[in-house]
Amino acid sequence: MAAGARPELFSQRRRPPWELLIDRGFQKLAVVLASVVGLVLIGILFTVLGGAREAIARFGLGFLTTSDWDPIGEHYGAFTAIYGTVVSSLLALAIAVPLGVGTAIFLTENFIPLPVRQVLGLMVELLAAIPSVVLGLWGIFVMEPFLRPGLTSLHQWLGWLPFFSTTPLGPGMAPAVLILVVMILPIITAIARDSLQQVPLALRQAAYGVGTTRWGAIVHVILPAAISGITGGVMLALGRAMGETMAVTMLIGNSNNFSLSLLAPANTISSMLANQFGEADGLQVSALMYAALVLMLLTLVVNLLAQVIVRRLSLKY
Amino acid sequence: MTTFSRGSLTLQPSLARNRWNLLLTLTAGLFTALAVLPLIVVIAYVLFKGGSLITLQLLTALPPPPGLDGGGIGNAILGTLIVTLVAAVIAVPVGVGAGVYLAEFASAGWFARFVRFGTNVLAGVPSIICGVFVYGLIVSTRLFFNQSYSALAGGIALAVLMLPTVIKTTDEALKLVPQELRWGAMGVGASRFVTITRVTLPAAFSSIATGVVLAVARAAGETAPLIFTALFSPFWPEGLFNPIASMSVLIYNFAIMPYEAQIALAWASSFVLVVMILLANLLARWLGRFSST
Repeated sequence: MAAGARPELFSQRRRPPWELLIDRGFQKLAVVLASVVGLVLIGILFTVLGGAREAIARFGLGFLTTSDWDPIGEHYGAFTAIYGTVVSSLLALAIAVPLGVGTAIFLTENFIPLPVRQVLGLMVELLAAIPSVVLGLWGIFVMEPFLRPGLTSLHQWLGWLPFFSTTPLGPGMAPAVLILVVMILPIITAIARDSLQQVPLALRQAAYGVGTTRWGAIVHVILPAAISGITGGVMLALGRAMGETMAVTMLIGNSNNFSLSLLAPANTISSMLANQFGEADGLQVSALMYAALVLMLLTLVVNLLAQVIVRRLSLKY
Repeated sequence: MTTFSRGSLTLQPSLARNRWNLLLTLTAGLFTALAVLPLIVVIAYVLFKGGSLITLQLLTALPPPPGLDGGGIGNAILGTLIVTLVAAVIAVPVGVGAGVYLAEFASAGWFARFVRFGTNVLAGVPSIICGVFVYGLIVSTRLFFNQSYSALAGGIALAVLMLPTVIKTTDEALKLVPQELRWGAMGVGASRFVTITRVTLPAAFSSIATGVVLAVARAAGETAPLIFTALFSPFWPEGLFNPIASMSVLIYNFAIMPYEAQIALAWASSFVLVVMILLANLLARWLGRFSST
């Protein structure tokens, strides 16, 4: 520093104590607010576990493999509901994955002009915004009556198969699966579209450069590069389908009688909860909490798997 | 050096690979049509079937007793607004605070990792489980003034559902704010608190607002967390500590009733709900345009 410079020009401003106090308080507040997430999670776990304790003690693991649901005899088993949850979401996934990924490919590769693609993409995204109870209402009054003749003839032709062995009477597994497809399609499409868009342009250009066709590039280069994101999205959609409640409850028929037939009424854990929780008391609440615990664990496993898959499968290009 | 024959550089549609190409393109186009079709059909049904029922009386009256005609969904519209507002009032400050913590105070470290992980887990918890949780925590224990079902309980259930979305959007929006802005603010002597509240948060405002609007729109349409927390009420809202009507629960309850009048009200509610949600989505898109990037 040059001699003669007036030192007061460079004097430090001391932070007043209240300013430090505000800073520290603000940081503490942020920590507290961040820990709300943890508290809520622990709260959910303890509430459900605590509620289920009685049923767990009484029925043990047999709850998962039996399917009586008898509030008068106080005997409960959730096999039908667990089977319904798993089967409905897997079937929905089997239909929605090809549709969703196909749509995502169509909306990212330049088959059609960009403005048209953007409008279609927006429409698929808006489909995700429609509340599930509205889809349920539409399912009851529009989709299910529309499908019934088709399902009836399916029963007449393929009735010898156990999967189509009952006459469709309205609500049942098949309409519930189809409404689930409508619900998870936007998730799969949106995530697959994002992953496809992130594939570097150089990869496409290189593929075209060695003389492949458009679909050669898509199948052998672009899809493998985007597979981690797509698989993650599919797993997220599976988790969503398992937990989906309203539309399924309105269409599945809520029957605890186990049936292999996709045309018969069935049940899922979430629709059982939606239907019975309000009116249940005593041991039934506990049994429902036990079922809720099973649902939580199922979705947790699927969601964790989704995160692991995304991390594992990421191609290093 | 090989020479190319005249035809080898022109497209030969009869080649197997080109046939496959065409077939797959048509399949993908068909899939897209199938994926967009439900949206068009659902929206068309809701707009025409529900929209044709809308009258001023329907928007302002109470639902009729089962079996009677007339009436409206006024209490359900008001109820949805109240419950969603309660949820937003709880979830937005908590979520933004948690997001600020993640992005500004602790990007690494075990606690931040735990919070991020917890946010992801919470985002995957089915909405009906949120309902079960609030039922067990608040409704069955009669936590608030010995009341069981209440608007507040419903709002809290929806808040739990909104929380992960708000945290994630805040966290990601703040991370996109250029580091230079923070350095600049610190450099002119601003405290941490002032830097965040006057520089970083305003810079990320439109992205956060977009996320919040989307989360609110999603919460407004949720039914599962409300059916055994807020329950339903055929009357006008009676404060936060009593059961309250909502459009989504009205649709669920009335859709399975064997009365034409109730089913018509369910369609009308769907119309109002879908229009509100689509408008909120458009608002979110419009807000998103103001993002700095």
